[in-house]
Amino acid sequence: MDRYTRVMKTDPLVKEFDYNIEYIHSYAQDSKFFTSLGMGILLGSECKKCNYRYGTYRKYCMFCGSETDDINLPLTGKIHSFTTCYYSGENFINETPYTLILVEFEGIDSLFMSRLVNKENKNVYIGMPVRAKFRRLQKFDVNDVYFVPA
Amino acid sequence: MAYKSRNVYMISGGLTKFRKYNYDEDFRLNVKNAVDYALRDIKMDIGDIDGSVSAYFSDHFLGQLIAGAMTNDYIGMSGKPSKRIEGGGATGGLAFQTAYEEIASGNMETCLVYGFENMSHVNTWRGNDLIALGSDSNFDYPLGGFYTAYYALMATRHMHEFGTTERQMALVSVKNHNNALHNPFAQAPMKINVDDVLNSPVVSTPLKMLDICLMSDGAAAAILASEDAAKSFSDKPVLIKSIGASSDTMRLADRTFGDVPLLPNETKNDYKNLKYPGVHSFKAGRLAAKMAYERAGIKNPEKEVDFAELYDAYTSAEIQAYEDMGFCRYGDGGKFIEEGRPNIDGDIPVNMEGGLQASGHAIGATGIMQAVYAFWQLQGNISRHFGNNNLQVKNHNTGIIHSHAGTGAYETVTVMEAV
Ligand SMILES: [Zn+2]
Repeated sequence: MDRYTRVMKTDPLVKEFDYNIEYIHSYAQDSKFFTSLGMGILLGSECKKCNYRYGTYRKYCMFCGSETDDINLPLTGKIHSFTTCYYSGENFINETPYTLILVEFEGIDSLFMSRLVNKENKNVYIGMPVRAKFRRLQKFDVNDVYFVPA
Repeated sequence: MAYKSRNVYMISGGLTKFRKYNYDEDFRLNVKNAVDYALRDIKMDIGDIDGSVSAYFSDHFLGQLIAGAMTNDYIGMSGKPSKRIEGGGATGGLAFQTAYEEIASGNMETCLVYGFENMSHVNTWRGNDLIALGSDSNFDYPLGGFYTAYYALMATRHMHEFGTTERQMALVSVKNHNNALHNPFAQAPMKINVDDVLNSPVVSTPLKMLDICLMSDGAAAAILASEDAAKSFSDKPVLIKSIGASSDTMRLADRTFGDVPLLPNETKNDYKNLKYPGVHSFKAGRLAAKMAYERAGIKNPEKEVDFAELYDAYTSAEIQAYEDMGFCRYGDGGKFIEEGRPNIDGDIPVNMEGGLQASGHAIGATGIMQAVYAFWQLQGNISRHFGNNNLQVKNHNTGIIHSHAGTGAYETVTVMEAV
């Protein structure tokens, strides 16, 4: 902690308080979703009891609590909604502008949130066909999959 | 659900002015100022209060855990039972309902609930990042760390589904900022017009700077009491008629596509082809309202609710809330503002004091701030606290307050009534 002291004001006394945390982030039961992205597979989940098919991976069904089965989601879908961000949280501000989309897949009951990579973030519309692409060099976060116009 | 309890009253409220920065007073002194305001207003002593509920959202903004306990001794409540409630943007709304439960259950005769946040202790973009930790850190946060984007995804779909326009959203901003001109507690009173909003910098399409609420430093406090205690301390108590709450999936992507939970003034035919809530509406808001209305015996909110303090973190969210609360049919929210119905002289004034947009959003304080404004409205006392009567609603028998966490992961609706 004994780095330097940055005083911003003296009356009232205001100083910088630098407190960083490096988390040990385990994906735990969601791990398989993230490792599968490296193999070009986008996993969803299916509850055999409810016949509900999830577009975002989860190990347990939110309706009945049963353990779900992994399913391979289609690698093409349609835009359900979208937004282009010109500002963002501090950790992502250098990546703006970027476009976020909710993707709907044929035969799947719920959605998947992802980034859309397209020229100048333009001409995006609801219903637009998109397809999944995967980062060649995995960073082991959800951005290992992203979408482009189909 | 069984529901029988003692009557609960609000007997006083207090606020600090909400500000972008307040480095002269910390959260403890902010709360003390709000609490002293409330005590002064009713000539009560802090020793008359049986216990407290504290509300603040994030431990990250201050780098201080158990800040509620620190505040509690600072205001002279040491030795009394106290707990902290947290639930994102609904923190204050949930804490207010918790204080209600303390009285309704008979656990306390008088209960103080106070909320605070000092968001200026991190920069705006770090603040946005911290707030976005209130989304799934595996699936959502790494996409951009930005709550505005999540609400923008909902707004885009609302526009697609119902034809809502950016101009209609801008009208909400104009209403709330202009209302705040008459509120001395408000952070950002502004005389603006629709073009000012439409021309403000785009943050996350379709939302622009002036569609989005503020980050604030501030505190709010409310004193609740049983019927006996209310009678002995107050000559103008306000009845907290009912509380309602609900929840929905944290992840927007997990939202379901089903039927609208109908209010008594709606029929199935109103929504034949609507897949609900998807991401265009807030099911938790609708369910919270439905619960609160049923308990309060409200059959037609459009007619029976006189005014509302709605969660307008984004202008789109206020339009969505008109529909969730049943002030108009789903899809008619844009028209509702266009027709001026939520204006101060409309038939259901909404966010008369400026809302989160212009009064401010010191997250933990916000839901309690709404309760204090509603309380003053129901007492007919706005002029006493604001120094002018411009924002006093004409009909002030029944009001509701409403708050969100996440994109509606928790929501609360509380019905308050003049007695
Ligand atoms: Zn199931």
